[in-house]
Amino acid sequence: MKVLVTVKRVIDPYVKVRVKSDGSGVETANVKMTMNPFCEIAVEQAVRMKEAGVVSEIVVVSIGVQQCQETLRTAMAMGADRGILVETGADVQPLAVAKVLKQIVEKEQPKLVIMGKQAIDDDSNQCGQTLAALLNWPQAAFTSNIVVNGDSADVTREIDGGLEKLTLKLPAVMTTDLRLNEPRYVTLPNIMKAKKKPLEVVKPDALGVDVTPRLKVLKVQEPPKRSTGVKVADVAELVAKLKNEARVI
Amino acid sequence: MSTYTAPLKDMQFVIRELVGLEEVTALPGWGEVNAELVDAVLGEAAKFAQEVLDPLNRSGDQQGARLADGKVTAPDGFAQAYQQFVAAGWNGLGGQTAYGGQGLPHIVSMPVQEIWNSANMAFCLCPMLTSGVVEAMRVHGSPEQQQQYLAKLTSGEWAGTMNLTEPQAGSDLSAVRTRATPEGDHYRLRGTKIFITWGEQDMSENIVHLVLARTPDAPEGVKGISLFIVPKFLVNPDGTLGERNDVKCVSIEHKLGIHASPTCVLSYGEGKGAIGYLVGEENRGLEYMFTMMNHARLGVGVEGVAVAERAYQHALDYAKTRVQGREIGQRSGDRVTIIHHPDVRRMLMMMRAQIEAMRALSYLAAAALDKSKHHPDERERGRQQALIDLLTPIVKGWCTEQAVEIASTGIQVHGGMGFVEETGAAQYLRDARITTIYEGTTGIQANDLVGRKVAFEKGATALAVIEDMRRLDARLAQAGAAEFTAMRESLKEAVDGLEQATRWLVETYPKNAKAAAGVSVPYLKLFGTVAGGWLMARAGMLAHEKLSDPEADHEFYKAKVATARFYSEHVLPNALLLAREVSSGADSVLALDAADF
Repeated sequence: MKVLVTVKRVIDPYVKVRVKSDGSGVETANVKMTMNPFCEIAVEQAVRMKEAGVVSEIVVVSIGVQQCQETLRTAMAMGADRGILVETGADVQPLAVAKVLKQIVEKEQPKLVIMGKQAIDDDSNQCGQTLAALLNWPQAAFTSNIVVNGDSADVTREIDGGLEKLTLKLPAVMTTDLRLNEPRYVTLPNIMKAKKKPLEVVKPDALGVDVTPRLKVLKVQEPPKRSTGVKVADVAELVAKLKNEARVI
Repeated sequence: MSTYTAPLKDMQFVIRELVGLEEVTALPGWGEVNAELVDAVLGEAAKFAQEVLDPLNRSGDQQGARLADGKVTAPDGFAQAYQQFVAAGWNGLGGQTAYGGQGLPHIVSMPVQEIWNSANMAFCLCPMLTSGVVEAMRVHGSPEQQQQYLAKLTSGEWAGTMNLTEPQAGSDLSAVRTRATPEGDHYRLRGTKIFITWGEQDMSENIVHLVLARTPDAPEGVKGISLFIVPKFLVNPDGTLGERNDVKCVSIEHKLGIHASPTCVLSYGEGKGAIGYLVGEENRGLEYMFTMMNHARLGVGVEGVAVAERAYQHALDYAKTRVQGREIGQRSGDRVTIIHHPDVRRMLMMMRAQIEAMRALSYLAAAALDKSKHHPDERERGRQQALIDLLTPIVKGWCTEQAVEIASTGIQVHGGMGFVEETGAAQYLRDARITTIYEGTTGIQANDLVGRKVAFEKGATALAVIEDMRRLDARLAQAGAAEFTAMRESLKEAVDGLEQATRWLVETYPKNAKAAAGVSVPYLKLFGTVAGGWLMARAGMLAHEKLSDPEADHEFYKAKVATARFYSEHVLPNALLLAREVSSGADSVLALDAADF
């Protein structure tokens, strides 16, 4: 079966993010970028399924600027077969992402879409769920285990109260949680091979999707600096402070 | 505890803009290599180094390699990391494609080596020696030997070692005593080799030792030494591993640094004699070994760059977090991190400027090495070969001498906390300390530079490089910025000093080789310092040009210009002292007789 995996190019998690001086967003120019870690888990899952003989082809998709091709190449070096970049310089918001992906899914007809549960830059956690709704497909977000059995899949989801086990009919959309797997290190021969794998570039217009942002960012600012703490004498004082000063209980 | 982050921006700058990746990738055979591929390779190498090799650096230093019953156990985690390293294909980065390598040029493999070594120098010695063995066998091995060994050595499933030293034969290999007696299609070796890095370990399936030994009727001295392949496990004709060969590790050294890397005493032929196979012809072993040595010497130079970079990052992290005192001239107000103190800043700038210069020179050498092998024009290949011959002892000698100093400065930035092992700064000095010694001490490098390189060809290549240095002046003048006025002057004085010293050596060496040898190390340092100044000035100029582009990384390029200026004001003036030391200091070196000491 064919699997479609999505990858997002984000600021490297080890980079200290800086707010732009005009407060319009965060600084991304000349900052080290990498594949969103949850997307990496999604690619790894697909590659493992391919190695197990469950999956025959892995198509990896990214939406964004031209440099997202590097992220797609990394996914292909991990084991994806081909890449599609929906190239746009716009700030693509979750609904637009889902709409673009819907078009790609309809064209590619995968039996399964695997996505990261959220991207570490804006932490939206919406695209997978929205895409499933637009497609009217079953969905399983925050998966920590996926087993495909013919036309259905048994999944384990990480939910607030513990683990939830579900059986879904395919095709379906799944999003990955941290514990689904540990992504592999890309091997050098595969980096070389990835250069030769097909990578298609399309524009959102060609897919008939308007990616114009619908949400407006008013201002981005650094979180306030933490002020010095105080030592409390006993539990009673702590409770009193929480009640009267912090007003959280 | 700080962790290592590969300085990818500076590496990419040096590779692409300063040294010129495109000139290398335009050479036949490297059509597939481009900037994007290099970025991908460096990015993944950095990730692997940071996540797999770096976490074992400290623990490996503390635990060290251990020997029990002739078996050496690498520190915890090393064997697994090595297998991951091999599985990820990194061992074959520069290896021939015919044997499963990726055949990437040195301009790519050298930065990758820098990354590995910064993350964990002791670990890297194992793959570095293996690649030296591959290089020696590629050039001198028979087709059968290549067939039998190169694929496994390229992948890293088997590791390689070089066995030169014996207790009485250190820098003087003519004293080698290990015997090789012919027996059918092979030889039996008997003798003791010392200082064998990763001579025995539990990381690879097999170890292929390249051993220098004498055949029974060999002439005395260096012309009577042959080179043999002695595998730890004999290799069956079908490539599977057979019997254990008669070579064993009898002890490992207790060392100042690189604790994780076992330095072995190997005993050959305590029983029936170790089975060895001759490489090439008898009595030409030393010449063959030099193929490996030259390769390894550049590798050690890069170790210097790598450890220095690591020491710098460690010191920088401490300087940014350690709060101590107020800003100079302030009597009240908040206490500040020590990076606010001018002398700490000076030390950090000194480390940074020297490292960037060392990196630039090493990568320039890597590009020259690539061109010397792949350039379509024979004359250009010859010119590049002469350049790499000249640069090899400088990269090795200068980068490692600097590394020791830089690692020491790194400790100084930490103050008392640097002297205690707990902060980790001391490890870099201890690790760096070997780099000026092995693969030929700095003295040996300097003799090679002065005797075999500069004097031998009457300074031709050295003076050609000096001419190249002079050509930069016109371009700096064109750049027009105020920063470059002082830089030009400082560079001109330094280049004049280098030229004068070079001419003095060319003239003196034939008449009085002893006098020339007495100042050969200052000359080597002089060459490194001036070449570094030349490359930093060029880097500063390129960076200055980039600053007119609003899209460019202004933070990086501004820092480059500032660092280049620092180099020209704080490092380059040393060239004048060194030049004077070379031209007029030889007599006093030998003024006292040996008996007078």
